[in-house]
Amino acid sequence: MAKYLKNDDLGQWLSELGADYKVYAPVQEGDSIAFRPFSKGKALRIDRHATVGPKEILFPACEELLRFSYQKDEENPGRENIQVQVEENATPTLIFGSRPCDARGFDVFDGAFTQCSVKDSYYIARREQAAVVSIACTRTENTCFCNWVGGAPDGTNGSDVLLTPIQEGFVAESITEKGEALLAGSNLLAEATPEQEKEAKALRAAAHESLPEAPDFECMPEQLYGLFDNMDFWEKQSAKCISCGACTYLCPTCHCFNITDERQGNEGERLRTWDNCMSRQFTQEASGHNPRSEKAYRLKNRVGHKFCYFPELHKGHIACVGCGRCIKSCPVSLDIRQVVTSAKECRLPAEDNDNE
Amino acid sequence: MLDKLKESIKAALPELDFVMGWGMGYDPLHATPLYMYEPEDVDNLVWGPLNVHNLAVHLPSLKGKKVGIVVKGCDSRSVVELLQEGLINREDVVIFGAPCNGIVDMSKIRKAVPDAHFVHSVETDDNGLTITTDKDTHKLSLAEVMADKCTRCRFPNAVVADHFVGEKREPTVENDAYEDLESFESQGFEERRDFWMTEMDRCIRCYACRNACPLCVCRDHCVAQSRNPHWVSQRDGVRDKFMFQIIHAMHMAGRCTECGECERACPMDIPVLLLKRKLGTVIHDLFDYDSGLDAEARPPLLAFKLEEESIKEKDW
Repeated sequence: MAKYLKNDDLGQWLSELGADYKVYAPVQEGDSIAFRPFSKGKALRIDRHATVGPKEILFPACEELLRFSYQKDEENPGRENIQVQVEENATPTLIFGSRPCDARGFDVFDGAFTQCSVKDSYYIARREQAAVVSIACTRTENTCFCNWVGGAPDGTNGSDVLLTPIQEGFVAESITEKGEALLAGSNLLAEATPEQEKEAKALRAAAHESLPEAPDFECMPEQLYGLFDNMDFWEKQSAKCISCGACTYLCPTCHCFNITDERQGNEGERLRTWDNCMSRQFTQEASGHNPRSEKAYRLKNRVGHKFCYFPELHKGHIACVGCGRCIKSCPVSLDIRQVVTSAKECRLPAEDNDNE
Repeated sequence: MLDKLKESIKAALPELDFVMGWGMGYDPLHATPLYMYEPEDVDNLVWGPLNVHNLAVHLPSLKGKKVGIVVKGCDSRSVVELLQEGLINREDVVIFGAPCNGIVDMSKIRKAVPDAHFVHSVETDDNGLTITTDKDTHKLSLAEVMADKCTRCRFPNAVVADHFVGEKREPTVENDAYEDLESFESQGFEERRDFWMTEMDRCIRCYACRNACPLCVCRDHCVAQSRNPHWVSQRDGVRDKFMFQIIHAMHMAGRCTECGECERACPMDIPVLLLKRKLGTVIHDLFDYDSGLDAEARPPLLAFKLEEESIKEKDW
């Protein structure tokens, strides 16, 4: 059953949730919008997409995996003993104000970090304790293309609660049991009236309508394998790229990381930090060889991973949620939609037929 | 003028691998670098206030190719600096210039038109832009949304060009008074420190500032990411992030032409050009030198003089 929350009660509701959760919400910072710990009095910015999404909350840009220290063995001074202390500090966290595309990014994280043979205990601990309250989009930006990649302006994947902004308030629907508990726990939420539900439905339908028609990407893995050695194609597509990490770091699905031991004297910590495949160092091997030494190889990998390799490993799930941040914040306005549609439309050379 | 520019590019194209200019991007408000390989690609060329990118950033990595580049006045100074430092060969680059009226600052546009991400159409003329979104229409004068660098532009015409089309424009100002810097520095130490700690806190370390910089030529061998030696911590504290900006600014001293690409490229809108402006004025006062104007000159910090004219060591 849908509930209704008045705009005026939103701050109060978040404060109530703050009793059980550390609440993160999008706020203005300089000319940007980012997810930060929410406190009463902080002005929310939920009227548009945040510059950087909430991915950092479940997958920090930098996290300490463990601390270590070396001590001389007193019995045998030639030896050093290492003490390792694992850092685990996940706490109940509520992400408020993510968009359906942002939340769907967590689906991709779940695939990569929880469903493969190696489980990421750090991510799992945070994910299990997280609740996600998303806001459906009732207006779509020029860079939005969630419908191309299996999402929708009111998609529910990855969210526990979905809010639809209507006149003077929100229609709130629970997606999961966790979400149901969130909505049941406050007197601020009333039953939504049929009119309110109708209004929400109409707004959501209009948002669907406003998106450009979705191309069929079923053929993409085959197309991308077919283009794998066509470096002329990739060189032209990547010509204007400046190889920075804006696209990957703002991407709700990009989850590659680097691990660095930083040691001062006998003590140090092992850090996990975001890494990005557009950087040359990403594939720099210790031998000196680099399989992706040029940006054309790196863009090919970025597009290939999202539209071919990841879907093959994860039941066809494209590792792109169509949020459009990589387009909007790209210093050279490189448009991944254009790259993928060009790859789709590229005529592959017909395979040689030996029987002819 | 655009037609003349296209003509001159088409005429030169057979001798070149390609020419870099600007075409329209993903929506009517965004231009994007355009690579012109064939004469028909040239038809997509645009010229106007949306041509915000400095294409000189690509030149060093194109060494060995013979390429053309379309430049605004400020972009041409980067080309000069690259020539000065031997990072590109003059005979491998054909430069197309045209008078620039100023370019827009997308952050200013987003402030004037909060719905800029919903733009449907844009009309530009000499004095401004008319932006129509899904809800309404905004008429903006170029002056109100112009990039700060254009308000103090001394070189609206390319300082070096093989083909210059159109009539040369008079510069906006004779001298850069560094008023922005003066007003920033009139604050106390603590205010300035707090400003940078607040601004740098939201840095995501994507290094767009570095990679958009035409003179940041260490590229894939940057100290920020080198493992051995491990100069810069991978921790993402605000001091670690600021550390890189200081390194960047110091390496740019006397080379930076203040094209502003670092700041424009920043997805988090951090005003990192200000740091380079500070060093620009120090270099100007100390060495009476302006970067990117004379391909034969030598940047002061890339040279050694036993006695500098403005540094009176012996009187210290």
